[in-house]
Formats: sequence, C-alpha cells, structure tokens
Amino acid sequence: MSALLDHLPEFWQGLIVTLQLTAASFAGAAVMGLVIAAMRVSPVPVLRGIGTAYVETLQNLPLLVLLVLAVFGLPEIGLQAGLQVTATVVIALYEGAYIAEALRSGVNAVSSGQGEAARALGLNFTQSLRHVVLPQALRTVIQPIGNIFIALTMNTSLAAAVGVVELTAAANRVNLLEAQPIPIFVGAGVAYAVIAACAGFVTGRLERRLAVVR
Amino acid sequence: MYGNTLTYAGIIHYGPLYLRFRKKMAMIRVQGLNKWFGDHHVLRDIDLHVAQGEVVVVIGPSGSGKSTLCRCLNRLESAGSGEILIDGVPAPVEGRELARLRADVGMVFQSFNLFQHKTVLDNIMLAPMKVRGVSRAEAEKTARDLLARVGIAEQAGKLPAQLSGGQQQRAAIARALAMRPKVMLFDEPTSALDPEMVGEVLDVMVQLAADGMTMVVVTHEMGFARRAADRVVFMDDGQIVETAEPNAFFESPTTDRARNFLAKVLTH
Repeated sequence: MSALLDHLPEFWQGLIVTLQLTAASFAGAAVMGLVIAAMRVSPVPVLRGIGTAYVETLQNLPLLVLLVLAVFGLPEIGLQAGLQVTATVVIALYEGAYIAEALRSGVNAVSSGQGEAARALGLNFTQSLRHVVLPQALRTVIQPIGNIFIALTMNTSLAAAVGVVELTAAANRVNLLEAQPIPIFVGAGVAYAVIAACAGFVTGRLERRLAVVR
Repeated sequence: MYGNTLTYAGIIHYGPLYLRFRKKMAMIRVQGLNKWFGDHHVLRDIDLHVAQGEVVVVIGPSGSGKSTLCRCLNRLESAGSGEILIDGVPAPVEGRELARLRADVGMVFQSFNLFQHKTVLDNIMLAPMKVRGVSRAEAEKTARDLLARVGIAEQAGKLPAQLSGGQQQRAAIARALAMRPKVMLFDEPTSALDPEMVGEVLDVMVQLAADGMTMVVVTHEMGFARRAADRVVFMDDGQIVETAEPNAFFESPTTDRARNFLAKVLTH
C-alpha cells in the first residue's frame, strides 16, 4: 500500500494525462463520428463510399499499430507534433469510426417516415438530419456511445506504448522503482474503474431523461 | 382568432388579384408518368391535371399505385419517365430547387409522421423557421392560429405520443399548412385511425377544401369523396381507369373495374 501512497504525485500526474487524453480524444471522436455517420447516410454515393472506406480502415486496424505508425511515421513525412497530441488525434480518429457506426445504427432506428416528413416540408438533407433524425437517433444510442467512451478510456493506456506518460505508464514507472505490481496496478485499475463508473452513471441518467416517447 | 385564420386562408388562396386570372390554370400537371419498382410497372402513362382550388380524390384498390402517384407529386418517389409540373414549373429532380418545391407542396401521411421528439407546437414551427426563415414569434403565432383552426389549440405543448391518432393527424395537417403550401397532398390520411377519429380529420379536410385549397386526396373514404371532391380519379393496376365528378362516378361508373370496386366497398 505504501508503494501507492509514496508515489501519489506521479499517479496524480498520470491520471491528469489520462483524463486529458480521454476528454480531448472523445470530443474529437464525437465530431469525427458525426461527420462520418452523416456521410454514410447521405444521398451522395461518393460521400457514402468515403465514409464506408474510413470506417472499414480504421475499425480493422489495431489501435496500437495506428499509434506506432503515427508516432514514427508522421515525422518521416515532416509532420512533427508532441506525443500526447499525436496520440489524442489517433485515438480520436480511431474511436470516431466506432461512434460513426453507433450513430448510423441510431439513424437507421429512426423510422423512415420522420425523414420523409422533414423532406416533404422542404428541409434539405442537412436540416432533416440535424433537426429531425439525429436528435432522435442520439437518444437511442446513448448507451452504446457510453460504452465506446469507456472503451476509449481504457484504450488511452495504449498511448503508454508510444511514450505518453499517462496513468498506465506512470504505474509502470512506479513499479520499476518499487517492484510491487499488485498494489500499484490495482490502484491504477481502480482509477480507470472510477472513470468508467462515472460514464455509466451519466449515460444512465441521460438515457432516462431523454428517452423518446413513441 | 378564427377571423384571423380565415383572412390568412384568404390571402393564400385568393390572394392578390392577379392570381385570380390564373385560377383556371393547372396547379398540378402530370403528363405520361411511368414508374417501375424493379420489374413491377406501378404507374402506367398517368395523365392528371388538377386546377387551382380543385379537390381531386384518388380511389382504387390497394396496390393500384395511388399512393405512389401521390408520393411522386412531391418527388418522395422519383418518376421513371414523364413530366410533373407544379404551378407551371417542372418538378426539379434534386437539390435546393426540389426542397423549394416541397416547401410549396404540403403532404399529410397515413402514419402522421410527427417529429416524435418535438412538441406539437415545435413540430409546426420547425419548417417555417428553418426553410422560410420566419421569425420565432411569427412562426409561433401562425402555429397557434393553425392549431386553433384544426381544433387542438390546447395540445400545443404536448409530445405527439401523448395525443390520440385523430389529434396527431390534425396536428400534421396544421404542420403542412404552416408552410402556406399551394397544394396539399393527402396519402390515406385516415387509414391508420380508429373509426371514431376519422370524422374529426375529415371535417378539417372538408373545411380546407371549402377554403379553396388545391388538394389531391388518396383515400378509401367514399363519403369524403362525395362531400368534398370536385373530381374522383379511379385507379387500378397503375392506370387511371376513370375520371368523373363524384355524383356521376358513384351513381353510374362507366367502366367494369370501377363498378366492381364500388360494389365491393359500398355494400358495407
């Protein structure tokens, strides 16, 4: 236990980085997911094709591979960015594919009559999506998106592999000094569990508050 | 309040004097319309003219293509071949012009299709604000006037799921009217309703017809056809088989197919 308590500042620093990675990459993933989902349900075949290609590519490659490729590959083509920024962007792009698919399933769950009524009133594609279809789609996919958020939180630990000192990397460093893996990683695990529990609590509340009455 | 709505109706339907000269002009002109779903030829050489202010009721057995025809008029279904003109303008195929056409053509669906996440009032205000750029205050005033006109003013703040079917359909009619359309299309507006609610919706439609709205109504309500139609169009197997004034059609249909159909529906 003292192995944990003696190194609280390092853990705290790691937790802050994990929270930054999580918040920033989730925000990015939400935007990306929205754009890609909109492309995948759009009436324009080219946009649908790009959206599909994006999802298939990003979902089918391991996040670790993407992180390694970005961290070591981007400087080769002259793109230099900090490790944490690179990791944030990669995680956002990767999780964006999952959010896009969750949103698309939500859009498909909205009855086609809703979109037809919107179009029949003269709303264009973007307006129908924004004011009619997506607000209803979002309500049905709160839970899956909460799950993606939790998965994303856990996935931020992969950033440790490319040198970002977040919670897992911090725990690992402490362990190298103290050689007490069980308390140290249980401690880190509890911190992740608390983040996940908060996410579950929020999505549960949102789901009850926003449920669509049909 | 009711006085206001009547004036408002007057403005759209009889409006500026020059519009009266166009009164005999075809508001809807369909020429040689064909439509296929795969190999299935659902609309065959449809010609249909609807004059301004005219109420045309389309009847026929299910699968005869009447709903598809209705949906082609505002391009919710694309036409295979042929020409559709609304108020003298060819219906655009897509994009901004198509949205503009649809704004001018109101549509009422069998399944109401009110936006489930918005209150009745917000349902009605959405399109005028987003498509016509009307201010929130004005949109709300129009919406409340229209809700009063269709007799559900007190339901304004409720969600669609909290309303009865008849109330939902009347709200849907108000939503379409809020765009001040030139034409109203009704795609079996009472088919999903419990019998005791059919009347309240038909009453609104009869009033609308009396106010001079140009209407195309796909329905199985023969009573409405008799009461409000200027013309009855009978469709079967994707074709317009017979067109006549309601009395002539119901008393002495000229085709066997129409006679058979009427024999089946009117015996009940």
